[in-house]
Amino acid sequence: MDTKLEKIVQTLQEKFGATLEEFRGEAHVFVKPEHIIEALTLLRDAHEFALLSAMTAVDYWPQDASRPRFHVIYQLTSLARNLSVQLRVPVNGSRLKVPTATGVFAAANWREREIMDMFGIEFEGHPDPRRILLPDDLDGHPLRKDFPLGYEEPQFTFNFEEIDVRKPYVKE
Amino acid sequence: MGVEQKLGNMGVVTTTLETAVNWARTNAMWPMLFGLACCAIEMMAAQAASYDMSRFGMELMRPSPRQSDLMIVAGRVSRKMAPVLRRLYDQMPEPKWVIAMGDCASCGGVFNNYAIVQGVDEVVPVDVYVAGCPPRPEALIHGVLTLSEKVKGERFKDAAKA
Repeated sequence: MDTKLEKIVQTLQEKFGATLEEFRGEAHVFVKPEHIIEALTLLRDAHEFALLSAMTAVDYWPQDASRPRFHVIYQLTSLARNLSVQLRVPVNGSRLKVPTATGVFAAANWREREIMDMFGIEFEGHPDPRRILLPDDLDGHPLRKDFPLGYEEPQFTFNFEEIDVRKPYVKE
Repeated sequence: MGVEQKLGNMGVVTTTLETAVNWARTNAMWPMLFGLACCAIEMMAAQAASYDMSRFGMELMRPSPRQSDLMIVAGRVSRKMAPVLRRLYDQMPEPKWVIAMGDCASCGGVFNNYAIVQGVDEVVPVDVYVAGCPPRPEALIHGVLTLSEKVKGERFKDAAKA
């Protein structure tokens, strides 16, 4: 890890009780949901991380209930200092709420709507909490690991007739 | 050549109204510009100089459903796109036909998931299915000619029943 980044991570650890995991030289800083907005603001204002280059989430289902199921991930880039850091907010399965980062980075607006759409994680205080990609009437959140994979049975020659009976054809 | 020989010296040709109407329909069948994915690139190639679909009276891609006779569904239809597709189909004037171009439009292709409609025949009635991923322009032209054969066989009394 970069020595300049080490100092920044140390401040995050001291101020917010963040924990650090390193993977192939990349810093993953784990922050609690209640501290994420302060941490993002600190990085943006004091350390020139002006760019929220990616924001996404991961579902670690299935695993034991003691560990948080989702991680919300903020990938920050500092063009001025040539640094990159990843903030991760673990979210527990029972309370899927993270404060919105739209006040810090305007780019988070659509990213958060996408995470809401795909993972069902709620962002408190979001200015426009509508679905962004999926049809409004879709049930469930498709990027969750427990979302059913298939939507219709594929028809092959051996089961064509059998499935054709159930297939929803248009009535003109 | 052609029609002059049949005319003879009388300047008259006899045919049935059905044949004349179907001949007119097949030779000026204007498709709607409706590219949804990679199949649209092959559809463009079929329109362009090398393959030149205008040889079959399909030289005009209409950007408006109200001026088109044929909907070539070129590509996968997402579930969010499906209501739009149906709406465009409803806006086309009768008579109208649909070609499902490619595997995705015909049956969902490789995308069996929450996002893609498993064949546009769930949304609009399809006349011709063109297989391929994506089909080459020759395949699309073959599909169009198959449709032409189908239209030439249409009878007014059948249309009245439907």
